[in-house]
Amino acid sequence: MKSEAATATGTADLRSKLHGFTYVDAVLWLLRMALLAVVVLGTIGTLNKGTYSASQWFDFFTFGLTIGGVYALIALGYTLVYGILRLINFAHGDITMTGAFSAFFLARSFDRSGFLDEYPVTAMLGIIGLSMAVCTATALIVERICYRPFRHVASLAPLICAIGASFVIQHTFRGMYGNSVRSYPDPEWMKGTIQFGDFSVAMAQIIVFGTAAAAMVFLYLIVQKTRMGTAMRAVSEDRDAAALMGIDANKVIIFTFILGACMAGIGGVLYCFVYKQIYFYTGFLPGIKAFSAAVLGGIGNIPGAMVGGLFLGVIESIGPPLFLDGIGIPAPYQLRDLIAFTMLVMVLVFRPQGLFGEALAKKRA
Amino acid sequence: MAFEVVTSGRAERQRVAPVRNVIRAGLQIALAGVFVAVVGILGMFNNRPIIVGELTLGYATLGLLFLTTGILVATQRLYASAAHTLIAGLVAGTIASATFALLPVAMSLINLRSVFVALDAPLYKMLTFGLSPPVGIAVFVGLGPVLGFLGALLIELPRLYRRPLAGGLIAVGLAGLFQELLRPILYNSSVTKPVHDLLYGWYGLILQGAIIIFVVTAAGVVIWDRYHDGMTSRYGNLALDTQKRIRWSLILAAAVLGLLFPIYAGNFIGQVLLTVGLFTLMGMGLNLEVGIAGLLDLGFVAFYATGAYATGLLMADSPYALAHLSFWQAMPIAVLCSVILGIIFGIPVLKVRGDYLAVATLGLGEIVRVIVLSDAAAPLLGGAHGVLQIPRPYLGTIELNNPVALFYLTLVASAVAAYAAWRLEESRLGRAWKAIRDDEDVAQALGINLIRVKLLAYGLGAAFAGLAGSIFATMLGSIFPHSFQLIISINILALIIVGGMGSLVGVALGAVVLIGLPEMLREFGEFRYLFYGLAIVAVMRIKPEGLWPSAAKRRELRIDAEIEAVQHGETLAAEQAAAVPEGKA
Repeated sequence: MKSEAATATGTADLRSKLHGFTYVDAVLWLLRMALLAVVVLGTIGTLNKGTYSASQWFDFFTFGLTIGGVYALIALGYTLVYGILRLINFAHGDITMTGAFSAFFLARSFDRSGFLDEYPVTAMLGIIGLSMAVCTATALIVERICYRPFRHVASLAPLICAIGASFVIQHTFRGMYGNSVRSYPDPEWMKGTIQFGDFSVAMAQIIVFGTAAAAMVFLYLIVQKTRMGTAMRAVSEDRDAAALMGIDANKVIIFTFILGACMAGIGGVLYCFVYKQIYFYTGFLPGIKAFSAAVLGGIGNIPGAMVGGLFLGVIESIGPPLFLDGIGIPAPYQLRDLIAFTMLVMVLVFRPQGLFGEALAKKRA
Repeated sequence: MAFEVVTSGRAERQRVAPVRNVIRAGLQIALAGVFVAVVGILGMFNNRPIIVGELTLGYATLGLLFLTTGILVATQRLYASAAHTLIAGLVAGTIASATFALLPVAMSLINLRSVFVALDAPLYKMLTFGLSPPVGIAVFVGLGPVLGFLGALLIELPRLYRRPLAGGLIAVGLAGLFQELLRPILYNSSVTKPVHDLLYGWYGLILQGAIIIFVVTAAGVVIWDRYHDGMTSRYGNLALDTQKRIRWSLILAAAVLGLLFPIYAGNFIGQVLLTVGLFTLMGMGLNLEVGIAGLLDLGFVAFYATGAYATGLLMADSPYALAHLSFWQAMPIAVLCSVILGIIFGIPVLKVRGDYLAVATLGLGEIVRVIVLSDAAAPLLGGAHGVLQIPRPYLGTIELNNPVALFYLTLVASAVAAYAAWRLEESRLGRAWKAIRDDEDVAQALGINLIRVKLLAYGLGAAFAGLAGSIFATMLGSIFPHSFQLIISINILALIIVGGMGSLVGVALGAVVLIGLPEMLREFGEFRYLFYGLAIVAVMRIKPEGLWPSAAKRRELRIDAEIEAVQHGETLAAEQAAAVPEGKA
């Protein structure tokens, strides 16, 4: 009897599921299949062809890890703000640019005077410090003008305001610093490589990844161990309850923006030391990719943003040769950004709560 | 999710202490001044004369800033008497100019140019009036109090004097700024040519012209103020039928004048109007998606690109061409392609809402751009080199080869599109869109088929963009992937926000303000995106309903205002009621 009832409800379930199955779901399933097919066929094709050697794959991987560390740093800014305010800080990519662009002038003068080569640690701390300060200032201005007035309003207004702010930031810095592409200095101690048996890792990558990792550990300690970090977590859990417990939400929000901006300041400088150039539009790509990373890890989830960043960096670096080369696409490297964007859209469409499944995303949407 | 762009955010005026108000106004203006100087706007404006040999746009901006200090202070009405207000204006102006003067002082001491590209020698010369540093800076500081005082005076003056003065100044400014627009119109006809020669010299507005314009406008304002009331009351006394006839004949006259204007004004204006028309067309499409259906789409440019590429590939005389159709055959196919892409775009993001939808569509738009740019798609679409040699449309045997002719094509397309958009908005589908905008879950519960309605929003919105793209392709005669960047999507979004979400007139007005004005004022061109950004933020903060709100929004605002007035009245009554017993006691 019991089992019969169970099968009956089972078929009913199935039928109701099939009933809700529309052509939209069919298209979405087709999309998934097509993507999977590209990935699988591409991988098989590439591995069969054997274009790349093991050490090349290792290079792709380490480069991905390096740039992924930078994405993770910037993604933290999105995730922290989202965790507290439930809004996408659309201008975050450009905030990142402001710091790195301002620090460029310090880096250039350090480089010209030889200070950068003589005292690498002090010089780097100075450059990163300036970048953090500028990012913080910009982020606080943006928060004051674009987000605070809309804090108690659930609407698209803050997002639209942030799009405006992103334009203002880009073109203010274009006016201030000029519209030419500036090249970041390339100090001697960053060149060289380190050998591990057959594999070699570029010094720059070790430095960038090490700095990013240290910054993330530092951030994690702040969020987990300090009073302010505890307050932050409390506000992100429930702002009203936190306010009843005597937490000043305003202070926490400002602190969150500062923390996110500091991470962006570090991330921006590191990004520029990887790609060696900066101009006023530089912030857009790392910004949107870091946002993808944050969504990938589950927006609002701090470790999620870190893992999401690393994952995105690696996929983006390994993806073009692995998936696209195999199915015979010419110049797969040009489609590198395509992977990040596809990933972004796929995560938003199929799994908006991210890989680590925090259901935060539902609250606002 | 409630799509309530128009909610709070209206900047509320707080009452502050008079002294703080003065200091704040002074510092705000000084900051604004330093900003325009450092960003390079001031220096660039200085190359543009308003009155030849007398006043440049740069100095006018500077003067206007200090004048604003006085106006800001005076309009707060915090001060006991007119004399107090004037002194406050003077002090605020001093604070503004003295703080702003730190910039030229710093420029004279250190070379800031190696970092800030705009702080160059010409700007320094401008800020010090070409005098030696101490004298120049002293003059600069002295300018603040004088203009601050005048600004406060302007507000304190009786209406009788203030309106003609302000009107005359504004008219001179406009005549100087829009000389590219005005001069060809005046110059091209033998009737108005003497007027042109009276007002404008070879390089622009001359002093004599400025004085004439000032006097004429001021006199006009005086006369208008005098007889305006009489005229309105007499108009009000006319029969309703006659009123209607007068109104319609005025509208008709304006429409005829507006229609003939581009022929008269020449190709430069034609080109500007053409661009405005194309953006209006796209704005109407995005307005269906964002303004009416509440689907914030940042990948809109992809539909525009589809329309352009489809037209290009179907018409062009190039190796990538698929066919050699005429424009009239290619355009419908291009529009259809855009609709199909719109639906393909829409399907995956059906369940994505709010902020996430914005980012997802942005991602989709970028995917299209990256693919078009890549070598992988180059054999089909021409890659970065684009598709060249697209012929112009023919009307019978007439080639529509100049901007004015193409403008009329766009105008007809816009009129058709506007009619379609207007009917759509009022239709059953339009009401369904508004329902999902206001609350998706409730709309679904009421039996609205979300999938169908949303896909129609994407598809029909895309059709408008496809049409615009199609005209764009024949206008340029060649298309490149670089013409279709994210910035276009944001441009269109900006113009419908500034114009007023969901309002067709608002879209056109937004296109004129955001696309037309920067084209007209060459100097603004370089900084147009800065102005776009500022306009978006300012509109969201100060007037979230836009410049020309839709009728529905207007009704809401009026009801809100009435409720507020009633509540205000109640509090006043309550206060009075509370005050009476105290007085008795």
